[in-house]
Amino acid sequence: MSAVPHDVAHGHDHHDDHHHGPTGLMRWITATNHKDIGTMYLIFSFIMFLSGGVMALTLRAELFQPGLQVVQPEFFNQLTTMHGLVMVFGAIMPAFVGFANWMLPLMVGAPDMAFARMNNWSFWLLPPAAILLIGSFFVPGGATAAGWTLYAPLSVQMGMGMDMAIFAIHIMGASSIMGAINIVVTILNMRAPGMTLMKMPLFCWTWLITAYLLIAVMPVLAGAVTMVLTDRHFGTTFFNAAGGGDPVLYQHVFWFFGHPEVYIMILPAFGIVSQIIPTFARKPLFGYASMVYATASIAILSFVVWAHHMFTTGMPAKTQIFFMYATMLIAVPTGVKVFNWIATMWRGSMTFETPMLFSVGFIFVFTLGGFTGLMLSIAPVDIQYQDTYFVVAHFHYVLVAGSLFALFAGTYYWLPKWTGYMYDEKLGKRHFWLSMIFFNVTFFPMHFLGLAGMQRRVPDYNPMFADFNELATVGAFGFGLTQLLFAYVIIKCIRGGEKATAQVWEGAEGLEWTVPSPAPHHTFEVPPVFEAKGHHH
Amino acid sequence: MNAQTIEKYFVPEPSIYPIIGSISLLLLGTGASFWVNSLAAGPWITALGFAVLLYMLFGWFGAVIRESETGKYGKNVDSAFRWSMGWFIFSEVMFFAAFFGTLFYVRVISVPDLGSEVGQIFWPGFKAAWPSAGPHATEAFESMTWVGKSTLAIVAVIAAAAMLTFAHGPMEKGKKGQLQIMLGLTLLIVVLLLASLSVSWVPVINTALLLASAVTLTWAHWSIRQGNRGQFNLFLALTLLLGVVFLGCQVYEYVHAYSELNLKLTSGVYGATFYMMTGFHGLHVTIGAIMLAVMLARSLSGHFTKDRHFAFEAAAWYWHFVDYVWLLLFVVVYIL
Repeated sequence: MSAVPHDVAHGHDHHDDHHHGPTGLMRWITATNHKDIGTMYLIFSFIMFLSGGVMALTLRAELFQPGLQVVQPEFFNQLTTMHGLVMVFGAIMPAFVGFANWMLPLMVGAPDMAFARMNNWSFWLLPPAAILLIGSFFVPGGATAAGWTLYAPLSVQMGMGMDMAIFAIHIMGASSIMGAINIVVTILNMRAPGMTLMKMPLFCWTWLITAYLLIAVMPVLAGAVTMVLTDRHFGTTFFNAAGGGDPVLYQHVFWFFGHPEVYIMILPAFGIVSQIIPTFARKPLFGYASMVYATASIAILSFVVWAHHMFTTGMPAKTQIFFMYATMLIAVPTGVKVFNWIATMWRGSMTFETPMLFSVGFIFVFTLGGFTGLMLSIAPVDIQYQDTYFVVAHFHYVLVAGSLFALFAGTYYWLPKWTGYMYDEKLGKRHFWLSMIFFNVTFFPMHFLGLAGMQRRVPDYNPMFADFNELATVGAFGFGLTQLLFAYVIIKCIRGGEKATAQVWEGAEGLEWTVPSPAPHHTFEVPPVFEAKGHHH
Repeated sequence: MNAQTIEKYFVPEPSIYPIIGSISLLLLGTGASFWVNSLAAGPWITALGFAVLLYMLFGWFGAVIRESETGKYGKNVDSAFRWSMGWFIFSEVMFFAAFFGTLFYVRVISVPDLGSEVGQIFWPGFKAAWPSAGPHATEAFESMTWVGKSTLAIVAVIAAAAMLTFAHGPMEKGKKGQLQIMLGLTLLIVVLLLASLSVSWVPVINTALLLASAVTLTWAHWSIRQGNRGQFNLFLALTLLLGVVFLGCQVYEYVHAYSELNLKLTSGVYGATFYMMTGFHGLHVTIGAIMLAVMLARSLSGHFTKDRHFAFEAAAWYWHFVDYVWLLLFVVVYIL
């Protein structure tokens, strides 16, 4: 595909290069510019990533040896809970929204997001939520220790920190819903003339479907935690058998949100990888249409698999079998994607710059996580795996090696477009290899620990698990320190370096590569004309 | 295609209102956390949060209305508003879905389970039936149990909902006669409902009120499309009145339930689902009524034309949504 570049079609307007309006702190507080807001999302999510990371390292330090050394069990439980909540709602989700903010208007040729002011609010709701969440560590009783899933009846019994977490979730939910509506409307309503839905970059497709999932399930989570709140303080008995309710009901409502949530955190990652691989294979994406349909199938299936998180709660066998097969079915569209990525690379003129390294690495480790997911979906086997480190290994393979690696890939891919400079390729590659090695050192042993029966969310363990735990802790600290290198590469790139061209990458295609690097403050104030070259040659 | 023919999309200037909204939600979240834990500062911080929220809403919506009235919004912005309102209502549908799902679960799974053979081991003598306050209920209560012709009521509600929905076809096409027939039939169903069911029963009156309000609202919509502002104001005011009377009836119903039926929020899972579902619905009726009131005020100060009145349409969509939620509540909470 090709497009008439902004500055060719309209004469490059230097007025657009500069930011007008409030300066200093007020520029960021009152921002209605999608690029400024995208930057804030990315910085916020990185800060939360480091906070959640410190929590994780504290956990790993405690687990370095059997017995209790570093923290008390109560605090350990608070840390496991908050690590999950902070990483899911504070780091991964906002990071993808940051990418959406920066890239969607550039990709579809829109001047900004559909609702620029609301976009600002979506972002600025996150700091208050983070203050409530992190602040809950400092109230009597500490933060909630019910696990990130906040299962009743445990969540009904916690102290004030639990209420703060509930309200934080309400606020983050409002932020997500507004952000998602903004994204859906931007994609559906603001595409450049000529860009039909089936000609959109795949990142737009995956975000469109993700945003739909967000709008569908965030309100359900709000309902779930609201019922926890009324059970805690207003005498309702939704999750109390004595009053005719059922603690398992909470799990149903939560996982009706929770399973689509898992795809909310991975579909945009699929989108990023689907942008990067064709660029560095210098071939169009293989099976574009099947990618779209696979994404949509995953989204639809995500609504009928939730009870696979609950195989040990005592469901009827028929129900277990339904959820087991429905879950296995998801492997089909996911497999379509993996094979499409591989087919895109097949006989391509490949080079392995950092974004490509992370993308190929993503395919490898994410697929491993997918396979363990398939193992977990088998109901009779899951009874052994439930609540062990096997589950921890599984979801870190899809969330860290999946979502996070894709975020790294996307950052390196678009960083020159954002800053106008090339990042340090050598350091980027080093970041990749260190991340890849330390990630596997940390999480691969957890498979064995889980299969051998080590329980998750417990600060102490049988001494027979000591060796693998030592290894995992060493890996975790290595992984954590490696991320400081990532921060260094980004700061270095912002401060200067080799000038980036508009296209940045030789094989890159799409509207975002037709504007100069760094992208001017305002782009596509008048929609560009988009002409598709077609996906096949 | 010539780029010059494409209209420019309106992007607002930097705005202070979002951060004010965020401060308000931080205050509300903190205040509510304090309040439910009986800390003295709780109610004050919450009240302050509401005050800041109110300031934000006035300022922000004021800015949007000014931009709209000064013609800054083109066709593209209009269609963005339409998409967004639709998706927002979808999120509300999903919020209620969580509670409808909960009601389904307790009635079909958790309460029958407690009375099953296995349940008897833990709660000997508990008989599973609906309404239920669970095996450990300490206080007796009366439910809002229905004593009428269930099938008739359900058919009437579905017919009215269908009639209202289809009435929007003739309205879009400008066919007055057809529209009048369909709205008339809806009103007829309302009258039949009142006559054949227990008239003294508040939920029936409430159903009739909301159905009638949907009819008056649709007629208001017809009027503005014809450019008949007087009639628009009249029927919009009538809709608002019916909504307010509905809320009054609901307050009466709650007082009656607490004082005479001993039915409380704490009356086991029946009380919990009853009050949470009707309560959240009532809250949404309140929000819808505020929207309609704002639309009335705007119309009185000369806003809206027969071609440009999406703010009103959005409020109308929302009102119809709370209306349909009520009809479903009426069937599954009160009748079945």
